[in-house]
Amino acid sequence: MNIIRTAIASIITLFVSTIAIAETIKVATVNNGDMIRMQGLTNEFTSKTGINVEWVTLEENVLRQKVTTDITTKGGQFDVLTIGTYEVPIWGGKGWLNELNFSASYDVDDLLPAIRSGLSIDGKLYAAPFYGESSMIMYRKDLVAKAGMTMPQRPTWGEVYDIAKAITEGNDGVYGACLRGKPGWGEGGAFITTVANAFGGRWFDENWNPQMDSPEWNAAVSFYVDLLQNYGPPGASSNGFNENLALMNEGKCGMWIDATVAASFVTNPDQSKVHDKMAFAQAPCAVTCKGSNWLWAWSLAIPGGSKKVDAATKFIDWATSKDYLELVASKEGWANVPPGTRTSLYQNPTYLSEAPFAEMTLNAINTADPSFNGTLKKKPYMGVQFAAIPEFQGIATSVSQQISSALAGKITVEKALKNAQKIAAKEMKKAGYTK
Amino acid sequence: MRSNLVPKLTSYPTITLLFIWMAVPLGMTIYFSFLRYSLMYPDVREFTGLLNYEYFLTDFAFLEALWNTFVLVFSVLIFSILFGTGFAVLLNQNFFGRGLARVLAIAPFFIMPTVSALIWKNLFMNPVSGLFAWLLSLFGLGPIDWFTHVPMISIIIIVSWQWTPFATLILLTSLQSVDKDQLEAVKLDGANNFQAFRYVILPHLSRPIAIIILIETIFLLTIFAEIFVTTTGGPGLATTNLAFLVFTEALLKFDIGIASAGGVVVVILANIAAFFLVKMIGKNLQ
Amino acid sequence: MKKKIIITFFAWLFSLLIFFPILWMIITSFKTEIDAVAIPPLFFSFEPTLENYGIVQERSNYLKFAQNSVIISFGSSILGLVLSIPIAWSMAFHPTKRTKGTLLWILSTKMMPPVGVLIPIYLIFRDFSLLDTQLGIVIVLCFVNLPIMIWLLYSYFKEIPNEILEAVRIDGASTLQEILYVLVPLSLPGIASTSLLCIVLAWNEAFWTLNLTSIDAAPLTTFIASYSSPEGLFYAKLSAASTLSVLPVLFLGWFTQKQLVRGLTFGAVK
Repeated sequence: MNIIRTAIASIITLFVSTIAIAETIKVATVNNGDMIRMQGLTNEFTSKTGINVEWVTLEENVLRQKVTTDITTKGGQFDVLTIGTYEVPIWGGKGWLNELNFSASYDVDDLLPAIRSGLSIDGKLYAAPFYGESSMIMYRKDLVAKAGMTMPQRPTWGEVYDIAKAITEGNDGVYGACLRGKPGWGEGGAFITTVANAFGGRWFDENWNPQMDSPEWNAAVSFYVDLLQNYGPPGASSNGFNENLALMNEGKCGMWIDATVAASFVTNPDQSKVHDKMAFAQAPCAVTCKGSNWLWAWSLAIPGGSKKVDAATKFIDWATSKDYLELVASKEGWANVPPGTRTSLYQNPTYLSEAPFAEMTLNAINTADPSFNGTLKKKPYMGVQFAAIPEFQGIATSVSQQISSALAGKITVEKALKNAQKIAAKEMKKAGYTK
Repeated sequence: MRSNLVPKLTSYPTITLLFIWMAVPLGMTIYFSFLRYSLMYPDVREFTGLLNYEYFLTDFAFLEALWNTFVLVFSVLIFSILFGTGFAVLLNQNFFGRGLARVLAIAPFFIMPTVSALIWKNLFMNPVSGLFAWLLSLFGLGPIDWFTHVPMISIIIIVSWQWTPFATLILLTSLQSVDKDQLEAVKLDGANNFQAFRYVILPHLSRPIAIIILIETIFLLTIFAEIFVTTTGGPGLATTNLAFLVFTEALLKFDIGIASAGGVVVVILANIAAFFLVKMIGKNLQ
Repeated sequence: MKKKIIITFFAWLFSLLIFFPILWMIITSFKTEIDAVAIPPLFFSFEPTLENYGIVQERSNYLKFAQNSVIISFGSSILGLVLSIPIAWSMAFHPTKRTKGTLLWILSTKMMPPVGVLIPIYLIFRDFSLLDTQLGIVIVLCFVNLPIMIWLLYSYFKEIPNEILEAVRIDGASTLQEILYVLVPLSLPGIASTSLLCIVLAWNEAFWTLNLTSIDAAPLTTFIASYSSPEGLFYAKLSAASTLSVLPVLFLGWFTQKQLVRGLTFGAVK
C-alpha cells in the first residue's frame, strides 16, 4: 500500500513540476517519420526561443478529420497545423489561414518554385513546406538484373509490367510491383490518378463533368488491376504508403512506385533489409508523361483564429529553415533531412553525395505540373493527383473505394467505374458544378 | 402525497439533464438535416427541405450498410453466445488452475477496440508477415488475404473475440447458481449430460442470455473503431455499416446536412430495433 | 481423475487460445523490429529488449495520457453515479405507467452513432470552451454511459425488498437519508460493478475522446492513434504502445472480475 502511495505521490509531483511557465503553442501533425524526428528535436527550438511546444501526433486520416473539423468550426484547438498542398489553396482562399511573413534570413526565394507556388495564392504564402515530394519508381537493382532486364530512366507502364512479371516469376516470396490500393483520396486515390493521367485521363472535363466513364480511365484501371492482381502482394487492396514501405523494407517487393520521400527510408540501413540494393527511376508514362508523377508537400500553417501568431511563426520559421536541415544532418546524417523543399539543399555537395536519390527526387518534383495544363487534355482544376476543390476528397474517397473493390476482385472494373461515375456525378450536381 | 412527489422531483434533475443531452444535440441534428450545410462552406446554410434525406436514402450505399449492420450484429451475437455458453460450461467444471484460466479467458473484454483491431490486423491477419499466414504455410497452404477476400468475416472474428468473454463472464456467474439438487435429481431419473444441459441449465441461462443480447446489441449497432482501423469500410462497401456510412458523410465528405439526415434515420431505425428487441426478450428481463 | 485431466486440458487450451492475441502482443513488444517479423515466428527464442518502450516513451509522454485516462474514466463514472442513483431509485421503488417507456427510450439513445451528433456537440463545446478539457470529456462520457448505468442500477435496485425502505421511511428518514444510508449500502455490490463496467467502457471509448481532445485532456486512445498506421517496421513499437494502453484497465478488470459480474447479471445470481 505504501509503495502505491509513494508511486502516486511521485507521479503527481512529476505532473505539477511540468506545468509550463513560458508561452506554449500546440502543433498538430501526422505520424510520418520526418515529423516524429522534428518532435524529437523540439528541445532545440525551446532552448533557442523559450517557447514550449505541445504535440498532437496522429495518423493522417484522423489528423485530417480533426484539423478540418476544428478549422471549419473555428474551434481554435491548434496554433500550427500540418496540412498538404490540397488543403492550402482551398483554405487559404477562404481566409482560414494566416499569411506567413518571415524575416529575410528565412530566404523564401530558396523554396522550390513548384512547391512554393502550390502553397501560395496571388503570390502570398499561406503555408511553409516541411517536406516536399513527387512520385517515382524505387526498385531492386539486384532483382531487375537477375531477371536480365534493365529499368529505363523513364519507363513506360508496359515496360514496368514486363519487369514486374519477370521478378515475380523468378523469385519466391517476392512480388514484382507493390502499389497503393488502400481506399482514400490521399492513398490509393492519389496513385490511381497518376496512372489515369498517364493514360491520358483527367478527373473532370472543362465543364466539370466527371470522367470516370471515359476510355482512358477504363484502360488505366484495367491495367492497374491486372498488374496488381498478378504481380502485386496479397492484400494489395488494403496497402497504403506505410504498408508498402514495410513490405519493401522487408525485401518482399521488386519495385514500389510511391512518394520520393520514401527513398531515404528504403536506403536507411537501420530500417531496411535491402538498403544497399535500391535504385530509382522516374514514374512511368503511358500515352503521355503529363501528370504521371504527383506533387505534394506536407506544410505548416497557422489557422486564422490563432492568438499566438508570433510564436507560431517563429516555430514554422525554425522547422522549415535551412538551419533545421543542418540540425538534422548533424544528428542523423544528410540522407535523413526532410527533402524536397529548398533549392540550396540540391546544390549542397555533401547532400548530393550522401543521398543517392537526390537528383531523381529533384527531377521528379520539377517535372510535376499541377496547373490547368498538367494533363493531356486541359483540366479545370489545380493539382496533379487531386483536384483542389472542397468536394474532391469525398468524391475521390468513394471512387477509390470502388476501385479497391475491383482490385479485390469483388466487382469488375467496368462496374466499379460505372459506380464511380454515378457517385461523382451525383456529388458534382449536388455541389452545383453541373446541372 | 410525499411518496409520489419526492421521487418525481428526485428523478427530474437527471431526466432533465439526460433530456437536454439528448434533445439539444438531437434537435440541432434534426435542424441541420434540413439544411444544405457543408463544413467546407460554413457560411452557406440554406433550407433544402427533405433533399438531404433523399440523398441519404437513395444512395446505393444505404441499403448495403443496413444489411452489413444486420449481418455484423447478428453474427457476433450468435458467435459470442454459442462460444460463450461453451466456455462457461467448460470453465465451470472443476479443473486445475481454474481461477487463472478464467482470468485469461475474459481478458479480451477489457482491451480497447482500437488496440484489438490493430493487433489482429498487423500481427495476425497480415497476409505477408502475420501469424495466420505462417500457420497456413505449415500446412502447405497459401496465405488468406483476410481484409480483401473475407473482409466481413475478419471483422466478425475480431468483434466476436472481444465480446465472447463478456458472454462467458455473465453465463459463468449464472451457471454457478444452477440448482445442484435439481441437476442431481434429473440425472437420477436417467437423463444424460446433454439432456441435463438442455432441460435444466439452458432454461436457467435464458435470462442472462437475454441480458447479453440486449447489451451487446446496443454496442454492436454502433461498431466503428474496428472497421475504421482495418478496412475503412471496404473493399468497396463490403464492411460499411450504418455508423461508418454516417461517419463518411460527416468526416470524409464534411457534409453535415446529409450526415445529420443519416443520423436521424439511424435513430429512427434504432428505436424500431429497440422496440422489437424489448418485445422479443423483454419477458426475460422482468 | 482421468476426466478431470481431460477437462483441464481443454479448458486451458481454450483459455490460452482466447488469451493468445494479448500474450502475443506482449511478447512482440519485447522484440526488436527485425525479430518481430521473423518467419517462422519467434516464440521465446529471442533476446528480450526494452528498447520499444523507450522509443514509445520518448515519442509521447505515456504518464500524461494515462493520467488523463484515469481522470476521465473515474470522473465520468462518479458523475454518472451521482446522476443515475436517484433516477434508478425512483424508477425502481416508485414506478409509474411511464417508467417502462422511459427506460426503453433511455436505452435507445445509446444506439445512435455518435458521429451523427458530433458537429452539434463540437459547436456547443466550442462555445462553452470545453474543447480539450478534462471536464468536457468527463461530461460527455458520463452521458454516453448514463443509459447503461441507469439500466443496471434499476435492475439491481429492483432486487431490494421495498419493505426495508418503507420501514426507514416510516421512521422519518428523509429521501436523501433513505438513499444514502440505506439503499447505497444495501446495493453496494451492484453500484460497484456498475461503476467498474463504466470505467472500463470509458477507458476504451475512442470516438469522443479522439474528436474532442487533443493535448491537455487527451487519454490513451489518442496515444495509440499516433501508432495506428505503420512506419516501416513498426510491429514491436505498436505492441509496446498497445500493451501500455491496455495494461492498467486489464489489471483493474482482473482484480475486480467478481465484483464486475455480480451486478451485470442484474441480481439474477445470488
